[in-house]
Amino acid sequence: MATTRDLDVSGLPNFAFGNRTLLWWATVCLMIIEGMVFAISIVTYVYLRGRQPEWPPNLSAPGLFWGTVNTMIMLASAVPNQITKKYAEKLQLGPTRLWLAVCLLFAAAFLVVRILEYGALNTRWDTNAYGSIVWVLLSLHTVHLLTDFVDSVVLEAVLFYKPTSKRFVDVSENAAYWYFVVLSWIPIYVVIYFGPYLL
Amino acid sequence: MPADAASPAAIYDDRAVLEETWRPPAGLMGVLSAVNHKLVARRFVVTTMVFFLLGGLLALLMRWQLRRPENTFIGPDLYNQLFTMHGSTMMFLFAVPIMQALGLYVVPLMIGTRNIALPRLNAFGYWVFLVGGVFLYVSFLLNMGPDAGWFNYVPLSGPEFSPGHRIDTWAQLVNFTEIAALVGGIELIVTIFKLRAPGMSLNRLPLFCWAQLITSFMVIFAMPAVMMASNFLALDRLVATHFFNPAEGGDAILWQHLFWFFGHPEVYIIFIPALGIVSSIVETFTRRPVVGYTAMVLSLVSTGFIGFGLWVHHMFATPIPQMGQSFFTAASMMIAIPSGVQIFCWIATIWLGRPQWKTPFLFVLGFIAIFVLGGLTGVMLASVPLDLQVHDTFFVVAHFHYVLIGGAVFPLMGGLHYWFPKMTGRMLHETLGRWTFTLLFIGFNVTFFPMHLLGIHGMPRRVYTYVPDTGWGPMNALATAGAMIIGFSVLLFLVNAAWALRRGALAGHNPWGAATLEWATSSPPPAYNFHPLPVVEGRSPLWDRSADAPSVIGIRSDCREVLVTRVLDAEPDHKVEMPAPSIWPFVSAMCLGGMFVATLFTPWGFVVGAVVATIPVIIWFWPKESDHAGRAYRHDRSNERAA
Repeated sequence: MATTRDLDVSGLPNFAFGNRTLLWWATVCLMIIEGMVFAISIVTYVYLRGRQPEWPPNLSAPGLFWGTVNTMIMLASAVPNQITKKYAEKLQLGPTRLWLAVCLLFAAAFLVVRILEYGALNTRWDTNAYGSIVWVLLSLHTVHLLTDFVDSVVLEAVLFYKPTSKRFVDVSENAAYWYFVVLSWIPIYVVIYFGPYLL
Repeated sequence: MPADAASPAAIYDDRAVLEETWRPPAGLMGVLSAVNHKLVARRFVVTTMVFFLLGGLLALLMRWQLRRPENTFIGPDLYNQLFTMHGSTMMFLFAVPIMQALGLYVVPLMIGTRNIALPRLNAFGYWVFLVGGVFLYVSFLLNMGPDAGWFNYVPLSGPEFSPGHRIDTWAQLVNFTEIAALVGGIELIVTIFKLRAPGMSLNRLPLFCWAQLITSFMVIFAMPAVMMASNFLALDRLVATHFFNPAEGGDAILWQHLFWFFGHPEVYIIFIPALGIVSSIVETFTRRPVVGYTAMVLSLVSTGFIGFGLWVHHMFATPIPQMGQSFFTAASMMIAIPSGVQIFCWIATIWLGRPQWKTPFLFVLGFIAIFVLGGLTGVMLASVPLDLQVHDTFFVVAHFHYVLIGGAVFPLMGGLHYWFPKMTGRMLHETLGRWTFTLLFIGFNVTFFPMHLLGIHGMPRRVYTYVPDTGWGPMNALATAGAMIIGFSVLLFLVNAAWALRRGALAGHNPWGAATLEWATSSPPPAYNFHPLPVVEGRSPLWDRSADAPSVIGIRSDCREVLVTRVLDAEPDHKVEMPAPSIWPFVSAMCLGGMFVATLFTPWGFVVGAVVATIPVIIWFWPKESDHAGRAYRHDRSNERAA
């Protein structure tokens, strides 16, 4: 039975951006889960270090060059990422497509450099426990790079195929997740490449 | 640029159209594509109950073996599998998922919305869970059942001492069940934060939802630890990494830290939703709001935090620095404080209310009695000297069954009796319910109380037999008799449920006269839950409702539109269209399952499986005509500007 106090919501918008959306909260939860995965791996690294007199045990430390290059590429990718996010939130299809493509170029670059990073680790996963945790740290992050890359490719394709407003929200959230992938790299980078000197 | 889709004239607040829009699809495809939270959660509840029965059968087999000294009913190898399967089943396939399943069913109703947030992810979680559970039991039948205990300690579970695939089965089971739990946690958090009915500000959120919210946060913080631990172990076994191999710089105690960093919060992940159930039942059957709402919420929150600071008390028998022992002893004792606050709040509520001694309420009283006893032995075990004496004895077995059965299964049984009418539309038989409770209470104490004494007399856990000279025979015989009584009470519950489904009295909207929103709609609720959507005016929505109570109007009926509200005050914010049923969550779950099983045998199973499993996820995400998202962005853009 309708009353005069009824709450009419028919005029409300049918999408929003940022922390007003369901997707934003779901993405934050995902970041917590993956942040815990990274944190636990880093704790494992530190724990294993505490059990060894020498670190890395009988091996040389990872070469710094490719890891540092990749850190630079990832940090630089924040610029096109932010521009993409901004245009998506303005619902401007052309620039969003363009800048998401630029992001993809960055993603392709850091994936290629990532392959070179594995070569610079100077250990295999089955050499010893140090090698195991270093490989896991790098690979966990690589999985995130790959996921983000595939995710962005699919989004770019959708932007050409059927760009509804909901997809702009997806692009915006994808950009937020991109920041997480870049920022979570920094502690992993420090641990893998500077752990032998700092710990 | 895409062409604007013609936007048909929108239809609002029309029940017949709502029926049409939200109706689950028919046929086999419909069954596999369903995304309605009630449908998925009901499957979840039934599936977890099946695993509960299987886990219970395994326990009965163990009790039958231990009923007298030097029994030859079961040999050591099968016994090892039985206790591992029992523990893993009860923890991973019953206790955590059934609590979540209840949340997935009740929470969207309790907060007054039409579906859970991320409904396809919800369906995906269920299918992954189902595949994982079936995988465990098929492996068991193929003599590949895990046999190193539910906490699967290395080095016993490492490649050197456990060749074959039994341990790999356990490691993959963890992956299956934790993925299901994690996605469930995400859905519940987003639903509780963003889909509450207008007026249901956070300080009016029902205690059951608070409990589900805090549990979900614990899930997403704790579960990654066990996934990492089990994957480290799987890597050690599959590709010769050395995480737990001391010869190459690994460490066995690392496993215990990683496992218990999850394992202790896990206890609270099971227990906190049970506290929410208890609060719901106490409120309804004392006819008054629970005393000390704020204290209750703060107790739940602090339990959630302190629950992460206890894990080392499982490891007092390992070389832990004395400072660490003291810290974890203190934390373990401290957690008794918020639990105590809640117990006193419930007792005060019962004291001040007008108790109605129905079956769900009896289970709550049983919970209070048993849980207090379990809590007391918990405080005892928190003390290092006592813990060292009874470590790995039946005293510990008695303690955690008092806490888990008393603290979780009793409230759960109460909750099942309480919400059964809502889920099925029919009432359970009251007398049979009372018999179920009485037999469970007696059977439980007869089974587990003697185990305290057995433990103090030195009987270690996880032994398949013992010699007559120990004098443990009579007490074990008593425990076995008790286990039979428990089995009989569970059987009685099943008979009651089967009877009630056909012959039970019709429930109507609100058979208990309860206060929360799930009782404002029919039993069972329609696919769209509410028409019209409610507006909440107080902490006990149905008791506080005024005569001219307002409703929400202006929600479209011709698409699956729901209202999104703000996190703190639940003011209306915007509307979103919920995803329609889809087969792709099912296909994705099957591919993921295939990947996990293949990885049992070769590392390439992971590589190839990951690629194969990504494809259905992309198709799931890909926009389709049937998704109803027909409004092109320009239309929405003008809508946004108007707002």
